[in-house]
Amino acid sequence: MAKMTMIEAIQSAHDTAMERDERVVVYGEDVGFFGGVFRCTAGLQEKYGPTRCFDTPISESGIVGTAIGMAAYGLKPCVEIQFSDYVYPAYDQIVSEAARLRHRCAGDFTCPLVIRMPVGGGIFGGQTHSQSPEAVFTHVCGLKTVMPSNPYDAKGLLAAAIEDPDPVIFMEPKRLYNGPFDGHHENPVVPWRDHDLGEVPEGYFSLPLGRAEIRRPGEQVTILAYGTMVYVAQAAAEEAGIDAEIIDLRTLLPLDMETIKASVVKTGRCVIVHEATRTSGFGAELATLVQEECFYSLEAPIQRVTGWDTPYPHAQEWDYFPSPARVGRALQQSMEA
Amino acid sequence: MSEFPPLTFNVPAPELRPGDTPDFSGVEIPRAGSARRPPVDVDPKEIRDLAFTIIRVLSRDGEPTGDWAVELPDDELVEGLRHMMRLRAFDARMLMAQRQGKTSFYMQHLGEEAIACAFQKALYKGDMNFPTYRQAGLLIAQDYPMKLMMCQIYSNAEDPNHGRQLPIMYSSKEYGFFSISGNLSTQYPQAVGWAMASAISNDTRIAAGWVGDGSTAESDYHAAMVFASTYKPPVILNVVNNQWAISTFQGIAKGESGTFAARGHGFGIPSLRVDGNDYLAVLAVARWAAERARRNLGPTLIEYVTYRAGGHSTSDDPSAYRPKEEGDAWPLGDPILRMKGYLIRKGIWSEERHTQAEAEIADEVLAAQKEAEAIGTLSSGNAPSARDMFEDVFEEMPPHLIKQRQEAGY
Repeated sequence: MAKMTMIEAIQSAHDTAMERDERVVVYGEDVGFFGGVFRCTAGLQEKYGPTRCFDTPISESGIVGTAIGMAAYGLKPCVEIQFSDYVYPAYDQIVSEAARLRHRCAGDFTCPLVIRMPVGGGIFGGQTHSQSPEAVFTHVCGLKTVMPSNPYDAKGLLAAAIEDPDPVIFMEPKRLYNGPFDGHHENPVVPWRDHDLGEVPEGYFSLPLGRAEIRRPGEQVTILAYGTMVYVAQAAAEEAGIDAEIIDLRTLLPLDMETIKASVVKTGRCVIVHEATRTSGFGAELATLVQEECFYSLEAPIQRVTGWDTPYPHAQEWDYFPSPARVGRALQQSMEA
Repeated sequence: MSEFPPLTFNVPAPELRPGDTPDFSGVEIPRAGSARRPPVDVDPKEIRDLAFTIIRVLSRDGEPTGDWAVELPDDELVEGLRHMMRLRAFDARMLMAQRQGKTSFYMQHLGEEAIACAFQKALYKGDMNFPTYRQAGLLIAQDYPMKLMMCQIYSNAEDPNHGRQLPIMYSSKEYGFFSISGNLSTQYPQAVGWAMASAISNDTRIAAGWVGDGSTAESDYHAAMVFASTYKPPVILNVVNNQWAISTFQGIAKGESGTFAARGHGFGIPSLRVDGNDYLAVLAVARWAAERARRNLGPTLIEYVTYRAGGHSTSDDPSAYRPKEEGDAWPLGDPILRMKGYLIRKGIWSEERHTQAEAEIADEVLAAQKEAEAIGTLSSGNAPSARDMFEDVFEEMPPHLIKQRQEAGY
């Protein structure tokens, strides 16, 4: 085991995958010589050569389009979109091509492909470096969507994503790259080396997609969260003095409904937290599923705490970012209902 | 106040609309044999002229002439003609089947048969095409079973795509024919990526991307050109300029100057413009490009100048936007008639043999159609099961889909 940041864990997942399987190729904007603007591919070009880790033109549809061709050929491309905010030019390739290839030709061709992208705010990135577009991928049939919240999960889930026979959208909460963040931006940054989940095996391991993890067992209310919001939820529960059970979804699709159901049936209350905009967000899907599966166990209306339905602001970042205080109020409302 | 006059807005329009008399006398058609054949490792800047001319082999008299004239054994010449005839006969039967309500939709190749049929002969087993919806000739030229194509068109129980795709959206990895999407130009960067993968893997196989004149306007086309120019993978980038994108003439995608081939030069990619109705010219140019790819010299762009003599699809009526007689007046002629004329002059074919071949091919197509229809048509109710539609979304069916399948009653 070694202490790793999320960046180092992601780099290590690439490294072990490339070492184990020569079909794995890694590319994207600034990914090669420089090792990525966040350093997630640092050293890979030097170690594996420029034919397996290289820079690309600034063309997301080109990056994903070529990766689909490579996957159809039989390689296992793992490509980086520099910020999830830039993924939209590739959306047609992802939705109409990668996601449907296996189905439309009944498995004649398949598309084992990972598309990584940093997501989320809290870094003063403004509207073009802060978005959380998970719902535009979970809505698409044929894609798996993953969002780890710590270095250990990031490495294990990325290994599984690269091995997966189908396309995986791998979202990395960039505010967590260097340490957990609970929304208290006024406090100093906590580094991963001081956190249990910064302990990561140096060698190969993988974690199955589609399994949630209970981060904090509790009895009074279930909080469904993923990415940065896992830590915001933890802070909120502690500050509100509420015995919440916090579920880190880790994989949004396929969703671990069993873990969610068992928890909500136990607590009878559910608060959903995500950073993305609210309307038609992934929280809407979660709320519906909880209602469908746990209606007779619910003792309070399901609450959603999310980013507002506005573009991600720059100067007003902390008014937008779901704070522990907002989550705490939702927990109180849920308890009082 | 500006010192300049008010601006005006330019919207290109075709010269002819319904009711006009087609007149291509002003269109300059270079003489067959007039274009030189450069070495395959030529510097692209030395062949800019070949992106503006039209490389032609078969003269008006039906004689192969010039540097690009390919020496083909007689049996391969006859086979080429028969492939084009088979594609045309196949189209005729399937158009009729669509009119009879046996399927929902069809797209024919009328007038464009030479392009895919000849191109395929430049490829080896293992190479991969990324076709559009109008390259069934790639399959026909490999003797892919017509019955299977028809099963796909009928979405019946033996459709290799399990009834999931529109008619003619074939897929065959074995025959080097990538699954057709129906979205436009998405396959172009995929072809480049497949070729990149082949080079990364130190393989010897090459890829070919296909796109129509209209779809070159898609951003994916340009992304593919950028990646092809950057990594120089073994890919042939084909642009089939059949003059019409549904009702939109090629000047809307291209503007009123230059050629589609000329655009390759902006990317430093050697680019050729060829007579798409000339089987021998298509084959010669395809071989040149394939040799470049195989010698690791990188991509080649080829524009095929042709004419879509039929409608865009069975949902299209071209008489609403272009003169009915335009196809007959098209100066590059009919690819089958041109090849037939050459073979007759060469003494290896005759009117009688042609008529006989037409009858044989009609029988083959009809026999395949009977076999396919015995399995089922879209209207006969022998479609793949609805249970099957939940398969292949993922390799392993996740819980939510299992649940939905149960909800659907399967």
